[in-house]
Amino acid sequence: MRTIDASQIIDTVARMCIDSNRYLPTDVRDSFARSAAREESPAAREVFRQLTENYELAEQTGLPLCQDTGLAVFFVDVGKELRVAGMNIREAINEGVRKGYAEGFLRKSACDPLTRANTRDNTPAVIHFDIVPGDRLKIAFMAKGGGSENMSRVTMLAPAQGWPGIRKFVLERVAEAGPNPCPPTIVGIGIGGTFDYAPILAKKALLRKLDDVNPDPKLAAMETELLEALNKLGIGPMGLGGKTTCLGVKIAMSPCHIASLPLAVNIQCHSSRHREVEL
Amino acid sequence: MAEHALQTPLNDADMLKLRAGDVVRLTGTIYTARDAAHKRLCDLLDKGEPLPFDLQGSVIYYVGPSPAPPGRPIGAAGPTTSYRMDTYAPRLHALGCKASVGKGKRGDAVKQALADHKAVYFGATGGAGALLSKCITAAKVIAFDDLGPEAIRELTVEDFPLLVINDCHGGELYVQPDRAAAGLE
Repeated sequence: MRTIDASQIIDTVARMCIDSNRYLPTDVRDSFARSAAREESPAAREVFRQLTENYELAEQTGLPLCQDTGLAVFFVDVGKELRVAGMNIREAINEGVRKGYAEGFLRKSACDPLTRANTRDNTPAVIHFDIVPGDRLKIAFMAKGGGSENMSRVTMLAPAQGWPGIRKFVLERVAEAGPNPCPPTIVGIGIGGTFDYAPILAKKALLRKLDDVNPDPKLAAMETELLEALNKLGIGPMGLGGKTTCLGVKIAMSPCHIASLPLAVNIQCHSSRHREVEL
Repeated sequence: MAEHALQTPLNDADMLKLRAGDVVRLTGTIYTARDAAHKRLCDLLDKGEPLPFDLQGSVIYYVGPSPAPPGRPIGAAGPTTSYRMDTYAPRLHALGCKASVGKGKRGDAVKQALADHKAVYFGATGGAGALLSKCITAAKVIAFDDLGPEAIRELTVEDFPLLVINDCHGGELYVQPDRAAAGLE
């Protein structure tokens, strides 16, 4: 059994919150450059120019990339040979969020759903735990903005609808969302599981790097086909028209009930802020 | 597509010359308000009480900025999605508000209000919060401090970069998705 102190989790999480909101991942920066080079419309190129200047400024000034610094979402793999001293892991993560969002001058966006009263410290975080072999703690953090989350949907298709039904639902969703979720977006897709599990698959898929290739060749082909079709919608950066409506499509799949075909589409704005740390 | 430098407060003549797609550099005073603040503004109107700022010629920016770090007037300050304010916007335009700033589509009632009251809807680049923050030289909370990021702030802006998305002549900049090209039809 290995023991780590809760304070180590708190400090790590605080740092992750601040750094994620300040430094845009390299794969996202690279995709801006590649996409901008393909765009012919001046308006589309101007959006990429502003977004590039924006991530450079955020890095130089320490200001967040976006004022919506997100709800704090975590995927945590807890090694079964690991013990945390001083506090349970959930509480330590929430404490880290409090610290990071205060010290990093990040916006506190968590509120009561009905009274809309702000919780004032961006907690509670949304945390998905998994128990894994070994004695490590792997923490993945995502600062999930509300605008793109609002454009996300889950549906229960009939099994007969199959891939054509999935394809149609995803295309319709992105077409309907239009300029609202800050395109170019990244589309996370969860297929299978249950009504509640499909969106978790979709969200977790958004943690993948933009330039990776799905290890499952069938899913990799589906991702390529969908990305091509989505970009033919022509919505473009910020909805101003262009070749880049989406930067990537990431699909995760899990077996489901013989009666069901659950499908979740989790939309991520271009400011895809996430990182992973192993303790 | 023309470029305009505009100064607040805005007037009908300013609005009439703007066309969807025009670039505007805005200088002057604008007011922040998003979901919760809009609800409170309309509650005040219902009760016949005065608003915390003068709507005549005003520009409302849909933003909930991040906190100001030491030495800066404000944190990151890019636009939020506008459709959530569609419920309230026509009423504010009827009372003299000349423009809103946000991102994303507006409903038909808002577009009609823009035409009826000679107002426009501006888009700013979503997710460029650090960049847009540079154009804000002063900020102070003038109402609803308890709302935190959703409080109403008076901002002083210089050459704030905007695009006319919906003008008062029925023009719109956003493109319709090409469903046929994507294989949807």
